[in-house]
Amino acid sequence: MSEHRFALYLGCTVSVRGFNYELSTRKIASKLGIELVDIPGFSCCGFPIDGVHHHSAMAVAARNLALAEAEGLDILTLCSACTGHLTKAAKYYADMNHEEELKKVNEELADMGYEFKGNVKVKHFSRFLFEEIGLDKMKEAVTEPLTGLKVAPHYGCHYTKPSELFDHFDSPYFPESLDKLIEVTGAESVSYRDKLQCCGGGILAVSENTSMDMVKQKLDHLKEAEVDALIVICPFCDIMYDEYQPTIGAKADVKYDIPVLYYPQLLGLAMGFHPRKDLAVNKNQVKVRPLLKKLDGLKGGGE
Amino acid sequence: MSKIEDSSTEESVSMDDLDPNFKNLVALEPGGENIRKCFACGTCAAICPVLSVNDSYNPRRIIRMVLLGMKEEVLSSEFIWLCSGCYSCYERCPRDVKITSLMVALRNIAVREGYLPKAMGAAVDLLEKFGRLLEVSEFENTVRAKKGIPELEFKISEIKDLLKKAGIHDAIKEGGSDE
Repeated sequence: MSEHRFALYLGCTVSVRGFNYELSTRKIASKLGIELVDIPGFSCCGFPIDGVHHHSAMAVAARNLALAEAEGLDILTLCSACTGHLTKAAKYYADMNHEEELKKVNEELADMGYEFKGNVKVKHFSRFLFEEIGLDKMKEAVTEPLTGLKVAPHYGCHYTKPSELFDHFDSPYFPESLDKLIEVTGAESVSYRDKLQCCGGGILAVSENTSMDMVKQKLDHLKEAEVDALIVICPFCDIMYDEYQPTIGAKADVKYDIPVLYYPQLLGLAMGFHPRKDLAVNKNQVKVRPLLKKLDGLKGGGE
Repeated sequence: MSKIEDSSTEESVSMDDLDPNFKNLVALEPGGENIRKCFACGTCAAICPVLSVNDSYNPRRIIRMVLLGMKEEVLSSEFIWLCSGCYSCYERCPRDVKITSLMVALRNIAVREGYLPKAMGAAVDLLEKFGRLLEVSEFENTVRAKKGIPELEFKISEIKDLLKKAGIHDAIKEGGSDE
């Protein structure tokens, strides 16, 4: 049995719209000695209904946590919103001051045969790589460094914020974990305007125009910085920047053509995985081929 | 004058229409506890990424409205649903008002008062139907099987039962927007 054995929590968006994220994650995890266990009963994390009824959203989270706990596993997440919500519930119910609330939620879960005792930890997969696998070990796994590639990190929101929830593992103002994870691959992590800007995904269903304007801001700043790709670690950020990019470009009459890669796809390329078979880059909306071509050119004798 | 000031109040507020107890009600709701600490510095408005593209959402103004007791205007508004939940203001607020959580508190109260946005009602329906916000189809499982990845359950049917037990319908019904 692996030293690193975790329940892989997909959530809604990765399950249906993030196969490239999931596949690339599984590939690099296996090579880095991380065993990912699938739990068929995992549902939505509960976050999307927090605004409707907070307690219900917490109960849905508690059920997922109980499922992992029954297997004796901590959870690794891919979606930042799931990370935030599950972490919040895990810490809330583990807190002795919330004994009554834990009792209440367990009464609701009892008929289904679940009980949450408060012993599950939740971590974003990228944070896990950064903290537990470590940059040195990751560097050793890089066989095809992406030297010469200029990419922009998109931290998104629920990966570092609220920082108290995530044990202040990275700064909410000047985060660097994703930059460092990118640099491990040999690519350059580029700074750009409003690097920490939110993708607007949280209000897509309520005000599409507002969220599209937020996405456009970021795309404009990325174009300004002339990056080869945007690197994301959340499937909702990905939908906003990758899936909506052509629509926004057409509407504004701007050609963006900025490939959006999940971090595990970028790392996977540096680890020598096959772009399509192993990393499913064909599932990315904005074509990744120009980037792969550039990489080939860089490897084939420089600029 | 800045754009923010221009859009803040178009008409005067009558004292008779105010509910001075509204802020206390909000402070009792999970997430709303620190509302009365706000000293209106405007840090939240300055850093808000939503406000930067749409000034109908202004966290500073919403907090002032709550403190003034503009209960109906706040709860019936669309703007309380416009917070994208990015936590930028939550991190920066010098008074620890925890604005992101405060918006969740306001939304929860609004739902109980009968103001459930269509998109949110739809999210509840989807969760009850599939246990996820998106439907898993045969297609996803075919792709997964090809790559040797475990297939997904189409439905997590326990969620419907759990939501009922947890009281989401009682909250929605209280506001009169259930069915």
